[in-house]
Amino acid sequence: MRKENTEAHEASEDTESDIREEAEPIVKKRKIVIPGEIIVSGEDFLPSEGARREGNDIVSNRFGLSEEAGRVVKVIPITGAFIPRRNNVVIGRVTNITMNGWVIDVDSAQSAFLPIDESPRFINKHEMDQFLAIGDILVAKIWSINQRGIDLSLKSRGLGKIEGGFVFRVSPNRVPRIIGREGSMISLIKEKTQTDLTVGQNGWIWISTENIEGAIKARKACEFIAENIHLEGLTEKVEEMLV
Amino acid sequence: MTEKFKRQDGRKLNELRPMSAKVGVIPNADGSAMFSFGNTIAIAAVYGPRLLHPQHMQDPSTGILRVNYDLMSFSVSDRKKPGPSRRSQEISKMTEYALLPVLDLREFPNTVIDVQVYIIQADAGTRTAGINAASMALAHAGIPMKNLICSVAIGKQDQEIIVDLDKHEEDFEEGEGATDFPVAKIANTEEYTLMQLDGKIPPARVKEVLALANKSCEEIYEVQKKALKEVFEK
Amino acid sequence: MSSMDIANVTLETFKKLFSTGQRFDLRKLDEYRNIELGFDVSNCAEGSARVKIGKTEVIVGVKMNLDAPYPDSPDKGNIMVSAELLPLASPRFEHGPPKFEGIELPRLVDRAIRESGVIQLDKLVVTPGEKVWTVIIDIYPINDDGNLIDAATIGAIAALRKAKLPGITEKNTPDYKKRTNKSLPLNANIPLSISFYKLGNSIYLDPTREEEEATDVKVTWGISDWNGKMMIHSCQKSGKITFTQSEIESMMNLIEKKYLELNAKLKKLI
Repeated sequence: MRKENTEAHEASEDTESDIREEAEPIVKKRKIVIPGEIIVSGEDFLPSEGARREGNDIVSNRFGLSEEAGRVVKVIPITGAFIPRRNNVVIGRVTNITMNGWVIDVDSAQSAFLPIDESPRFINKHEMDQFLAIGDILVAKIWSINQRGIDLSLKSRGLGKIEGGFVFRVSPNRVPRIIGREGSMISLIKEKTQTDLTVGQNGWIWISTENIEGAIKARKACEFIAENIHLEGLTEKVEEMLV
Repeated sequence: MTEKFKRQDGRKLNELRPMSAKVGVIPNADGSAMFSFGNTIAIAAVYGPRLLHPQHMQDPSTGILRVNYDLMSFSVSDRKKPGPSRRSQEISKMTEYALLPVLDLREFPNTVIDVQVYIIQADAGTRTAGINAASMALAHAGIPMKNLICSVAIGKQDQEIIVDLDKHEEDFEEGEGATDFPVAKIANTEEYTLMQLDGKIPPARVKEVLALANKSCEEIYEVQKKALKEVFEK
Repeated sequence: MSSMDIANVTLETFKKLFSTGQRFDLRKLDEYRNIELGFDVSNCAEGSARVKIGKTEVIVGVKMNLDAPYPDSPDKGNIMVSAELLPLASPRFEHGPPKFEGIELPRLVDRAIRESGVIQLDKLVVTPGEKVWTVIIDIYPINDDGNLIDAATIGAIAALRKAKLPGITEKNTPDYKKRTNKSLPLNANIPLSISFYKLGNSIYLDPTREEEEATDVKVTWGISDWNGKMMIHSCQKSGKITFTQSEIESMMNLIEKKYLELNAKLKKLI
């Protein structure tokens, strides 16, 4: 796949961290919290995702990492299944072809569908399996989530069928760390291993195998990051691994 | 009466057996945990939210919680034949009722959250150990939860009310015999999510049971909290 | 956790990797992952063990019952091997009647143990013709990351080695509360299952679950050091792809060495 990959996964990077950088409030230290635990007390605080107010306290609604950014308090998941969001870039597998499109497994509680209209160019109904066959892997964007399921689109740069390489899974909530701030971690991995990578928000990662030794190292690096997001100096440790 | 009464393992009336807990014991699961009261060891795995099959069982307004509790064959002295029993089906349902009050699954329509609870070694209190493990596993799976659930079996030996009976105490037959009163609560609240009873207890003494349950659940909560906070430790 | 089927591109990558003798975890094709062994999983079992091969974890318990012997073997005890592939251990295991995998696993462990003669069945007679011990081996995978059969067999022999006979009540029933200090009557050999897996033209051992998904066919051999001699006790090919004669001969060339390696490791751990 071409360099346009970078756009595809950066587009889906945690947009809340972008907002945070614009506003530039002070981010306090994060800590692991459990459901029902009091994160902080005071009337000024505002509960955001994963948190609720109970009287004077802001209380956690889940197990995760609490984060205070100015007055806003939220809890970031560090474990658990993929919860799809609009605009997420995901990697999926074709499981069926219907008259109107392709049924895609994106490893989520809801089934995903790529309508024939959302392919990057006109596809004739008789050539559908030539474009995407059962078992093929693709990078797609979630453009809508509704009662019936997830609707995908390939109408963006960097999206489409994947050729070659292989895919593997990490826990989805470890993905932001693998991508890194502004893609810094993923760029480091690509550079040091001379491979191409695409990271889906659903935890699936594609690595090209033109340089197979590099691909093996790149995978190890991704898995290492996924298992060790809590470590200090993670970036340095990853650099050491990739030498 | 109170002074003469001794528990076989030397515990005080309101003393729990030593507890241990750990999360992440099953890497394949979305969330997992083990919890033990003395010699009773429970392991729980959570898979989900995931699509529910068959389709006709799906609920378009909410995800559903599906609990399966059972004993492993060698967890008890008289080997238990594989396959669900009426007892295990009832406990599965009780566990589901015990966990649901802190969950809001409307965010996950048409899905199921599967909770598997198995007892590896049984020495009474298995359903309570199971609920404690399941509660941690649900949290570990990142399921939105208002709070943890803590569960303990309060009991009675003749006329003494005691906490966390072991099998020997469950089998006690003198005087008023043994009473087993397993309960579960939403942590740090006064809300009960599990209530079951077998034995003999005067209505006026149920208050004592609840007071002991409160204190025990506080201790259990600390053990669960510590295990969850140590999630990254190997 | 995903139950997504293996992708075509990943399958092709495994073919490429295996054909050049490479694996993602840097092991050689004939190398087993790290093996850990623990005991006393349940004090209600006569013996029990916990095996980890890499991230695959299986617990095995031995229970003993007193039963009438089978009519055609009135002077022998019995063996029964059972397994439950609980949904606990993998997103692909479901409740309900066992699928073929759940049927095959205990049968393969059974044959390896039974045909190795490791349990001295004639020493399990309490009253000839009337009461004999039945040794029941219960297998529970806790986390499936591939190669459950080999792991389960290690767990079974380890649990058997640690098992102690229950007492017997006056009514000739097992007295589980009065466990004796007597070990199960066992021979010295250690039966193991060694499963060979194949994709394309590559043959490999001890796959992770991911590698197992890419596999075309496997063959499991039960083997032990019977009376000091290397002896194959059982064999089952599972899968619709074929093995060639030369592949079978290569397996036989390798299997002794692998058995001795595993045996040496286990002797230290048991």
